[in-house]
Amino acid sequence: MNTIDGLTVHHHRDYTGAKIGMWVFLFTELLLFGGMFILYSVYRTVHAEDFHHAAMELDTLVGTMNTLILLTSSLTMALSIALIQTGRKKSSILCLVLTIAFGLWFMVNKYFEWGAKFEHGLYPGSEFLLQHSQGEILFFGLYFTMTGLHGLHVLVGVGVLSVVGFKMLNKPYEDIVFAGPGVDKLEGAEIALLGKSGQKMWSSEVIDDSVERVSVRLKYRPVGKRVRKEDYALLENSGLYWHLVDIIWIFLFPLFYLIT
Amino acid sequence: MDNNRTDQEHTGFDVYVLTWVTLLILTAITVTVAGMHLGKLSVLVAVVVATVKAGVVLYFFMHLKYESALFKIMVYVALGTLMIFVGLTFFDILFR
Amino acid sequence: MANHAIVGAGAYVDFYKAKRYPGVLSWILSTDHKRIGILYLASMLSFFLVGMSIGFLMRLELIAPGKQLVDPQTYNAFFTLHGVIMIFLFIVPGLSASFGNFFLPIHIGAPDVAFPRLNLLSWWLFIAGGTLAVLSMFTGSGPPDTGWTFYAPYSIRTGTNVILAAFAAFVLGFSSILTGINFLTTVHRMRAPGMGWFRMPLFVWSLYATAWMQVLATPVIGINLLLIISERLFGIGVFDPAKGGDPILYQHLFWIYSHPAVYIMILPGMGAISEIMPVFSRRTIFGYKFIAYSSITIAALGSLVWGHHMFTSGQSYVASTIFSLLTMLVAIPSAVKVFNWIATMYKGSIHIEAPLLFAMSFIFLFSVGGLTGMMIGTLSFDVHVHDTYFIVGHFHYTMFGGMGMAFFAALHYWFPKMFGRMYNKAVAKMAWLMIFVGFNTLYFPMFILGWLGMPRRYYDYLPQYQGGHVVSTIGSWILIAGILIMLSNLIRSLRTGEKADGNPWGGTTLEWTVPSPPPLENFEKIPHVDRDPYDFEGVSAR
Repeated sequence: MNTIDGLTVHHHRDYTGAKIGMWVFLFTELLLFGGMFILYSVYRTVHAEDFHHAAMELDTLVGTMNTLILLTSSLTMALSIALIQTGRKKSSILCLVLTIAFGLWFMVNKYFEWGAKFEHGLYPGSEFLLQHSQGEILFFGLYFTMTGLHGLHVLVGVGVLSVVGFKMLNKPYEDIVFAGPGVDKLEGAEIALLGKSGQKMWSSEVIDDSVERVSVRLKYRPVGKRVRKEDYALLENSGLYWHLVDIIWIFLFPLFYLIT
Repeated sequence: MDNNRTDQEHTGFDVYVLTWVTLLILTAITVTVAGMHLGKLSVLVAVVVATVKAGVVLYFFMHLKYESALFKIMVYVALGTLMIFVGLTFFDILFR
Repeated sequence: MANHAIVGAGAYVDFYKAKRYPGVLSWILSTDHKRIGILYLASMLSFFLVGMSIGFLMRLELIAPGKQLVDPQTYNAFFTLHGVIMIFLFIVPGLSASFGNFFLPIHIGAPDVAFPRLNLLSWWLFIAGGTLAVLSMFTGSGPPDTGWTFYAPYSIRTGTNVILAAFAAFVLGFSSILTGINFLTTVHRMRAPGMGWFRMPLFVWSLYATAWMQVLATPVIGINLLLIISERLFGIGVFDPAKGGDPILYQHLFWIYSHPAVYIMILPGMGAISEIMPVFSRRTIFGYKFIAYSSITIAALGSLVWGHHMFTSGQSYVASTIFSLLTMLVAIPSAVKVFNWIATMYKGSIHIEAPLLFAMSFIFLFSVGGLTGMMIGTLSFDVHVHDTYFIVGHFHYTMFGGMGMAFFAALHYWFPKMFGRMYNKAVAKMAWLMIFVGFNTLYFPMFILGWLGMPRRYYDYLPQYQGGHVVSTIGSWILIAGILIMLSNLIRSLRTGEKADGNPWGGTTLEWTVPSPPPLENFEKIPHVDRDPYDFEGVSAR
C-alpha cells in the first residue's frame, strides 16, 4: 500500500502475504516428505547392513550428476529472480528456461536410472526383489517411493515455472487503485483519454461521492526503476518451491546413494 | 513510489554464484568422504553436509537471511515439529 | 465515519443480494468468504445427517445380540463409513471451515481472507473428497471395512475398496491444509488497524492455533495414505510385515496427524465457547491471555502425545510411559480454559438462551470426556479398557459432546448474524434439552459397557451386555429426534423467522457492529479498532 498525494493506493496483491502463504505451503511439503524420512530413518536403523548392501545397486555417478544438475538449476532460478528485480526481463526469462531445462534433464536421467533398475527386475513387488533380504526390499520400496514422489514434484515445478515464464512473456500490467480514506479528494475530477492533438477521445463521468474506488490499469515493460517486487511475487514464490525440491534432493542423495 | 526497491542490495549476482560454488564444494566433500569407507562416521558426515547444504539454500537462494524474524521463526517451528516427530518415534524404535 | 466516499448508509446491500453469477453459480463460484462459509455449513450438515443415519442403523442393529438388520460385513462397512464421514467430512472441517470462514475476516476487521480463490478451491476439494468417499461405498469391491483408521496390514490385505476411500481422505486433507494456509496468512496480514494480537477475539486465536496444526500435521497422514495406496497398487512393502515392513510405523504416522486432528476438531469449538460465555454473562472474559495462550499450548502439547493411542500396539514401554506422561500435561491448558469459562460466568448477569445452554453442556460433556481421557491416558488403566466401549464413550463425549455441542452453540449464536433472522427460541431450548438428555442416555452406558468388557466394533455380543445396549439405542432415538427438531427449527426460521437486527445478543466483537446479514465486503470502511474484544462498556443487550 503506497500513498500518492495523500491518497491511499491499494495494490491488489499483498506481496508479504503471498510469501507467507508460500512458505507455509512449503512446510506442508516438508512434513509430507518428513513422514517418509521418519520411515527411512527407522528402517535404516533396524536394517543398517541391508541398506548398505542395497545402496550398492544404485549408480553414484548418476546420483552425483543429478545433484549437480539440480544445484545449478537452483542457481539459475535465483538469478532469474535477481534479474527481473533489476528489470532485465529477457535474461530473466532465459534463466527461467535454463531452470526448466535442467529440471527436464534431471527427469531424463531419472528415467534411464529407473529404466535400468526395471530391466534388472528391480522394482517394488518384483520376484527378483522379493528374493532379497527384508532390509533390501524396504530400501528399494523407500527408494522408489521417495525418489518417485520427488520426481513428481520436479515435474510439477517444471509445469509451474513454464506457466510463470509464459505469464512473464505477456506484458505485465498493474492496477493502481485509489480507495479508502481520502478518495473524496478526487471528487469533482474526471478521467479522460486524449488524442494526439489533445482532443478528448473518451472521458469518464465526474467523480462524485458515489464512487468507491478509482482504478487505473497500466501496461508497461519492466525497467529497473519500474519493477516492483509485488509484480513478481509469482516468480519468487515458484522459485521458493523449486529450491525446496532441491533441498529434498540434497537429503535424498546421500541417504540413498552414498551409504555404501 | 521509491520505497519499492529498498531491499535489493541482497540480490547481488556474486552472492548467488558464491552460494552455488559452496554447494558444489560441499557435494564434492560428501561424495569423497562416502568413498573413504569411514563406517559410521561417513553417515554422520553425509547428514551433516546435507544439512549445511540445505541451510545454504534456505538462507541465500531462498532469501531467508533477508526475511523478517517472522519467517525465521516459522521455519524453525516447522523444522522443530519434524524433529519432535522423529525423536518421539525413536523412543519407540530404540527401546522396543 | 464522516470521511468516506463509499456506499452511503442508506445503500446497505447484504451479501446475499450482491451476486456475480445467477442462481446456484453465485454460490459455487463465489470467492466471498461468507458464501464459502455457508457452503461449508450446508455441505457439512448434509454429511452429518448421512453419518447420523448410519449411526442410527448401527445402534438399531446392536439393540439385541445376533442379527437384527444387516449382516456382519455390512456392519463393518457401517462403522467405517460412520467414522470416515463424521471425522473427515464433519468434525475436521468443523467450526473452522464453516464459522471460521464466515467470521474470521469479520472478527479481525478484514474484507475477506488472504487468498479468496484458494478458499473456494478448498471447498471444491472438500466436495470432491466427500464425493469420492461416498463413491467408495458403491463402487469397486464393496465399501471399505477397515474402520476410519485404515490400519495396516489389514488395509493392505482386505479386498474392499480401500484405495478410493484413502484417496478421498487424502483429498480432504488437502482441503484442510488450504484452509490452514489461508487462515494463517489472513491473521498475520489482514488485521484491521488497531487490531493487535491481544485484541483479537478468542475464536480467532483458536483458529490460528488450529491452522498451524492443520498445516504441520495433515501432510503426515497425507503421505501415510499415499503409502497405503501404493502398498496396495505396487507392493512397496513399507507397512507389510511379510516384506519386513512395520505396521506399527503406520500407526505412528497415522496418529502423528490424527491426535493433533482431535485438537483441530475441538479448538475452534473452544474458541466459539469463549465468544459465547462473555456475551451471555454480560461480563468480560476471565483470563483473556490465558485462554489465548492455552490454545497455542494445546496445539503444541497436542502434537506430542499421539502414542497414547498405541499403548497396546506393541510399541516400546519407554515410549508408552513418555506418551502417557505427556498426555497428562494436555489436561493443564484444557483445564485453564474450563476454569476461565466458569469464572467468566461468576457474578455475571446470565441470560439463559439456546447458545448458552449448548455452551454449558459443552463444558460439562467435554469435562466428562476430558476426565475419562485422563483415565485412558494412564498407561496401566488403558491396557484394560483399550478397544472397548469405554473408548467409544470417551471419544463421543469429547468429539460430539465437545465439538458437536460447540457447533450447535455456534450455530444458534451466529444464526441471526449469518441469515438475518431469529429462530424460535422456545423450540431451540426444547431441542437442546432433548439433545442433552439423549446424548447422555446414548453414550454414558458405553462407559459401563466398556468397563464390563464389551469390545468396540463388534457385531455381536454376549446377552449380559444387552441392558446397556438397549438404553444406549433408546438414547439414540431421543438424540436424533432432538437434532431433527433443532435443524427443522433453524431451517424454518430461514424464511419465516423474525427479522434480527445487527446485534440481537448484545455482543461486543466486530461482527455485531455490522448489519445482519453483513454487506459484501463486511465493512463500509475498514474499522479502526480501539477497544478490547469483550469490553461491554456501552453495549446494550436487547
